[in-house]
Amino acid sequence: MHAKKIFVRDLRDDDSKIDLQMELVAGKDGLGKEITVGDINRPGLGLAGFFDFFAYDRIQIFGLGETAFMRRLSAEQKREVFEKFFSFEVLCCVFTHNEHPDEMFVEFANRYRVPTFVTRHRTTRFISLLTHVVEEFFSPLVVMHGTLVDVFGVGVLLMGKSGVGKSETALELIERGHRLVADDMVEVRKIDESLLMGNGSEIIRHHMEIRGLGIINVRDIFGIRSIRNRKRIEMVVLLEEWAEGREYDRLGIDEKRYTILDLDVPFITVPVRPGRNIPIIIETAALNQRLKKMGVFSARELDGRIQNWMRMEGERSND
Amino acid sequence: MIEREVLVRSDAGVHARPAMMFVREAMKYPCEVFIIKDNVEANGKSIMSVLGLAITSGSRLIVRARGENEESAVAKLVSLIENDFKN
Repeated sequence: MHAKKIFVRDLRDDDSKIDLQMELVAGKDGLGKEITVGDINRPGLGLAGFFDFFAYDRIQIFGLGETAFMRRLSAEQKREVFEKFFSFEVLCCVFTHNEHPDEMFVEFANRYRVPTFVTRHRTTRFISLLTHVVEEFFSPLVVMHGTLVDVFGVGVLLMGKSGVGKSETALELIERGHRLVADDMVEVRKIDESLLMGNGSEIIRHHMEIRGLGIINVRDIFGIRSIRNRKRIEMVVLLEEWAEGREYDRLGIDEKRYTILDLDVPFITVPVRPGRNIPIIIETAALNQRLKKMGVFSARELDGRIQNWMRMEGERSND
Repeated sequence: MIEREVLVRSDAGVHARPAMMFVREAMKYPCEVFIIKDNVEANGKSIMSVLGLAITSGSRLIVRARGENEESAVAKLVSLIENDFKN
């Protein structure tokens, strides 16, 4: 488990499902600054001249109150406040309600390399969205060496030694209409105590290496319907070369678990050997997983039926 | 487990061809091979994984190997990077 470095520019460039609608208006040179604390600060007190405990290293949110206050200051007072405000190493500023900062603010922000954004969101709304995004940035992360595919809406993480056929299996799944999230390298984040989210490294997104073909772009070949950017991980499938004498699960009554970042995910091992149709096994496993989530457990139900039948047979022969 | 730090000096960074050279070399060893950049670990035997690290000139990497022949694997792979992927 490790944390990835987060930079101010990530706030703007993040392409997860939440759009913070941030537009950069000043301080472009500071976009490479690192965000070390995921908290926010309302700089109202500072603007009024009180800079004790000023949390300059957090994201500064200027709401309607702050902008209205600044409008009432004379140019001289404003200059004095800004001199003081920017003398701290302010991380970055965001103006909500689409309120643009005035020229003097922009000038200061550029000079002190403090990225300044304007968002169309309301303040409360923006803060709650931002908290969500930032929490995700700071969530525990692990890189798994596997391939993540969305199979019938179930996020399936294929694992196994290199050369066992993860990419080929994924390719066949894509061909059958399922969607690739990431090949070979999956960034997994624990978003909260029940949710693991997986996505690929941005730079190689939706590319695959197929031995004998080289690098292919899945999106270009199979189209937009064959990919997605992120997916919740709901199942881990380990592909393993078929070993004579090894016991494989024949009933599926006991559920096995694979632990990622302290969270347990349903886990199956699928033995691979030439001629075995792995993609259809994975499709079936995904559907079976969906059934289980809805409370239908085929293996246990069959076992229950058989036990029932045997009990009734027993009673009948006693009559 | 053996690991060593190495600085990438080649101007173009680790693009497709250098990545292939690295992976091809790594595949010659039976041990597991990893490259770590900024705490992110990539499988040294997978081209996509290595490319995914976006290794630029000036990147500091850790080359790590675990298993049979780990010492010679790390030595060979580090020298490959130090020699700008010229064999």
